[in-house]
Amino acid sequence: MSIFEYNGSALVAMVGKNCFAIASDRRLGVQLQTVATDFQRVFKIHDRLYIGLSGLATDAQTMYQKLVFRHKLYQLREERDMKPQTFASLVSALLYEKRFGPFFCQPVIAGLGDNDEPFICTMDCLGAKELAKDFVVSGTASESLYGACESMYKPDMEPEELFETISQALLSSVDRDCLSGWGGYVLLVYAALLTPTEVQEKILKGRMD
Amino acid sequence: MVKMTDLPTKGGFSFDLCTRNQMLLDKGVQMPPFRKTGTTIVGLVFQDGVVLGADTRATEGPIVADKNCEKIHFMAPNIYCCGAGTAADTEAVTDMVSSQLQLHRYATGRESRVVTALTLLKSHLFSYQGHVSAALVLGGVDVTGPHLHTVYPHGSTDTLPFATMGSGSLAAMSVFESKYREGLTREEGIELVAEAICAGIFNDLGSGSNVDVCVITKGQTEYLRNYQLPNPRTYISSKGYSFVKGQTEVLSTKITPIQSKVQTVEGGDAMEE
Repeated sequence: MSIFEYNGSALVAMVGKNCFAIASDRRLGVQLQTVATDFQRVFKIHDRLYIGLSGLATDAQTMYQKLVFRHKLYQLREERDMKPQTFASLVSALLYEKRFGPFFCQPVIAGLGDNDEPFICTMDCLGAKELAKDFVVSGTASESLYGACESMYKPDMEPEELFETISQALLSSVDRDCLSGWGGYVLLVYAALLTPTEVQEKILKGRMD
Repeated sequence: MVKMTDLPTKGGFSFDLCTRNQMLLDKGVQMPPFRKTGTTIVGLVFQDGVVLGADTRATEGPIVADKNCEKIHFMAPNIYCCGAGTAADTEAVTDMVSSQLQLHRYATGRESRVVTALTLLKSHLFSYQGHVSAALVLGGVDVTGPHLHTVYPHGSTDTLPFATMGSGSLAAMSVFESKYREGLTREEGIELVAEAICAGIFNDLGSGSNVDVCVITKGQTEYLRNYQLPNPRTYISSKGYSFVKGQTEVLSTKITPIQSKVQTVEGGDAMEE
């Protein structure tokens, strides 16, 4: 049994037109037994930057705490929030530092960079960055997610369509994975030209098996 | 004794979690597959300089994790390095040596030499006894002329007129061995490199997608990202999936507007003496 299959997880992030969405499942399990159905995998770093952490849940939580610590120090020194690209380098460095005894988590980072340009990236558990322009996936359901996103993704989607697409991709992929599912959580950040930027968080109804 | 909080470390590897991970291994848990660059990377020396080439597939076990990753890394304006092996290791080692080379340029006031990069890479890799799994093709042009080297994960190096590394190296080497000759022109060099990478893409399962090429000559470097795209995606449905708004069942929604903060200007005025 792989260490990544101990808790089970599914994470996906997609880019749309002036918006991005990051979605996760809500199950926390101990191998085949479900322990919680409201587990949080997507965390906020600052208003325009979110990180999802799949893999071993304890390492995901520890990693999140270390990242929040580093970001707060950065905010104190620089008097501003971290850009997503810089944050991705920070996560990569923290993971690579543990090269020979790694954290068993795979992050998915999504944020709005300069000029409200959406930014997504994922890494393996050693910090090898993969910057994508369309979608990134992570977790035990990643193989199904690759397939679902490849077929369902379209470039330059508006926020409503992006929400529907990412939700359908997530729900259909976790149906094919025993270890993830039990509902979905989608976070969508939309930077419109005239109205202020808004963050939408939605809980999805999925199969509870 | 109070344990120090986790302050930002001074660099280098940290072995904190090794005991825990070893305990998990003993209990029968398998280590996860790292992202590797299965890869075909090549380099050759032509009459005016060096041409480097690489495919663009990154794999995680049998799955393609990235269809268009960059395997030709910047070391110095006149030196580039292709990397095969564990993706995190190739990225980290080339970034680290690139920074060391820049500091060296500031200290010496001279253009970096390829042998400097080579020595920095080989001494780092040797000191980790092959556990940092990075196999590299390093090429560049400096004051002493064009140079091409291969660096193996254990720290050994070769200096060659043409070189291939990675899982597709045999496929690429067959092309080089049949068609390479000294004194190639720039166009011939690029074409030969592209052909060698294509041999790796089509015959090796660990390599795929597109061809990246980098041409380094005295005083000029050209990075031709996605020089050839021999694997276009032609099977997309023209209609695509279109989901009706409200198709997904939502249990609860929370909308938070973000207040835009005061923007600070980066750069600004330089400090006065």
